[in-house]
Amino acid sequence: MSLTWGQLLQFLLSGLMYGSLYAVIALGFNLIHNATRVVNFAQGEFVTLGALCSLSLVMIGLPLPVALVGAVAIVTVTGWATERMAIRPVRGASVITLIIITIGASVFLRGMVTWIWGSDERPPLRPFWPGPSLALGPAMVQRQYIWILGIVLATMFLLWLLGEKTLLGKAMRACAFNQRAAQIVGIDVGRMVLLSWALSAGLGALAGVIIAPVVTPKWDMGVMLGLKGFAAAILGGMGIPAGAVLGGITLGLAESLGVGLLPDWGSGYKDAIAFSIMLAVLFVKPTGLLGARSEAR
Amino acid sequence: MSDIRQRKWIVLIGVLFAAAVVLTWAGCRGPEEPAPPAPPAEEPYKIGAIFAITGDASSLGIPEKNTAEMLTKSINEAGGINGHPLEVIIEDTEGDNTKCRTAAQKLLEQDKVLAVIGPSRTGTTMAIVDLFETKKVPLISCAAGVMIVEPVREWVFKTPQSDRMAVDRIIEYLKPQNITRVATISDTTGFGKGGLRELQDLLPKGGMKIVSSLEYDRDATDMTAQVTKIKGTNAQAVICWGTPPGPAIVVKNMRQLGVKIPFVGSHGIANQRFIEVAGSAANGVVFPAGRLIVWDQMPEDDPQRTVLKEYAQNYMEAYGKQADTFGGHAWDALQLVSRALEKAGADRAKMRDEIENTKDFVGTGGIFNFSPRDHNGLTKEAFVMVEIKDGKWTLLK
Repeated sequence: MSLTWGQLLQFLLSGLMYGSLYAVIALGFNLIHNATRVVNFAQGEFVTLGALCSLSLVMIGLPLPVALVGAVAIVTVTGWATERMAIRPVRGASVITLIIITIGASVFLRGMVTWIWGSDERPPLRPFWPGPSLALGPAMVQRQYIWILGIVLATMFLLWLLGEKTLLGKAMRACAFNQRAAQIVGIDVGRMVLLSWALSAGLGALAGVIIAPVVTPKWDMGVMLGLKGFAAAILGGMGIPAGAVLGGITLGLAESLGVGLLPDWGSGYKDAIAFSIMLAVLFVKPTGLLGARSEAR
Repeated sequence: MSDIRQRKWIVLIGVLFAAAVVLTWAGCRGPEEPAPPAPPAEEPYKIGAIFAITGDASSLGIPEKNTAEMLTKSINEAGGINGHPLEVIIEDTEGDNTKCRTAAQKLLEQDKVLAVIGPSRTGTTMAIVDLFETKKVPLISCAAGVMIVEPVREWVFKTPQSDRMAVDRIIEYLKPQNITRVATISDTTGFGKGGLRELQDLLPKGGMKIVSSLEYDRDATDMTAQVTKIKGTNAQAVICWGTPPGPAIVVKNMRQLGVKIPFVGSHGIANQRFIEVAGSAANGVVFPAGRLIVWDQMPEDDPQRTVLKEYAQNYMEAYGKQADTFGGHAWDALQLVSRALEKAGADRAKMRDEIENTKDFVGTGGIFNFSPRDHNGLTKEAFVMVEIKDGKWTLLK
């Protein structure tokens, strides 16, 4: 199997784009995990909700930027409500109970989505920057890819600022380190948990709205994306922001290059390739790529 | 938070959750069969229909379900079949093999239907053919895969044209253009795999070489990796076998990555969904299709024109939407069953014989001539080549 440089570049680009998307979803997993030790299996539904809300808001005639911000806001409120209604009432329950509750929440949200939007796939959202693909040397870049990468990078930067430079971010990180100690120094842990849910839902929604122009949004689009995001979070080491980014990009590149390097019959197994690589890494290093730091935390 | 308040929340969540489950469940169920307007003079003839009404093959199942309901209504308004009202019990497969089998078992064992039409997909059909062989109940599938009727199964028929006829038509179309190297890309469903097998068999016989055979999962949302591989070959055309949205994403990604060679689809893209999803990339796409979607462009003397016109106009009147090929398959299937009932009455074995001996039945998919060796009854003449121009289907030649 020989690859030309143009093809290789193309695989890298599409891997990078999807990888950055997985990274954003993985960051959402991390936020909630850090605040509560819970893996939120409803994360994928936030992606679906984001994409479908943005479609509907555009359909009722809102300008594109307003619709995008509006969709993220709606889903952020949904995340807030999910914490209020599903997680807070059983505060103090074991982590495994909470995880099962998030599975329930995901089924509930999917039900609501099919109820509101039906089960058909929709035509893609209007592109943010319409026009033909741009040439990057021998490869072609869809204009939406540039937006996706840009928004993802900006989001990561803002998250980093929030975590490192603000008091709020420091309080959230304190909760992640040690909830009881955080409480003792006067941090409202409940509020931090609520915040992490809202923020995490917002991140999921963001992934949904930026990908809406390149996919056919439908009720279960978030299931696979959520799973990939989860795999990325695990791959990088659950709870480590840099790990989520590394894991996401690795996963994206792996599935794209996997199709490229395997013979043609392998192209139908794109998802299997990604998950096999994740499993292989975990066999060698069960804590994930950056997992050693996790133990030192 | 007090204990009582906490409990209140839990109860609220429980109720909401239950509501969601009930709602989704209600949403997934096919609508109840229409009740006959007056108490029937005779026992109703009960038949089953299994379609992918929800899920990712719903673009096939919904028109099929609509058509079955529309035709049942018109048959019953005209006095039923030999005085017996027709009752069609509709089940949803969600495009899933297991659910399809459960639905088929329910229809056969609980409802004791006389015959079943559907399912929508080749995969779901293959998952249940053995049930019909052992229970000795006629099944008329609305799925295209040739493996449904080859080898011939005593009790299993199908109305859609076969993949092989579509491939024959495609070769007839490509050959005069001196295209000898093609890339294929197909989905991993029964339909995609069946098509791929025919392509691999027939293209070399037609003097064409397959330079690359790619696949994609039917849930895939991005095909740039596969398209990049095609870009690296010297293919002169791409043949894509699948049902929307997959092929629409393939052609969109092709144009986005600057792959300009012709895109030839299968008859699986003969519905509006393909054009909606592919947008402007759909223009120039060529595919084989039954005459239904271009009935108004057919010459006046075409033997199918009257049937097609009537079905298309009735469908438009009843649902305010364009009729499409898939609904047409259900129309053909239900017509075959009702003709068999008319001649044979409620006798499954006699019905089967009637269906097998049907000659010159003008349906929406073509002119059917069944025989003990041919349970599809169509030839490649059932297909015409259609090009999408400015988002509209245009008859070629």
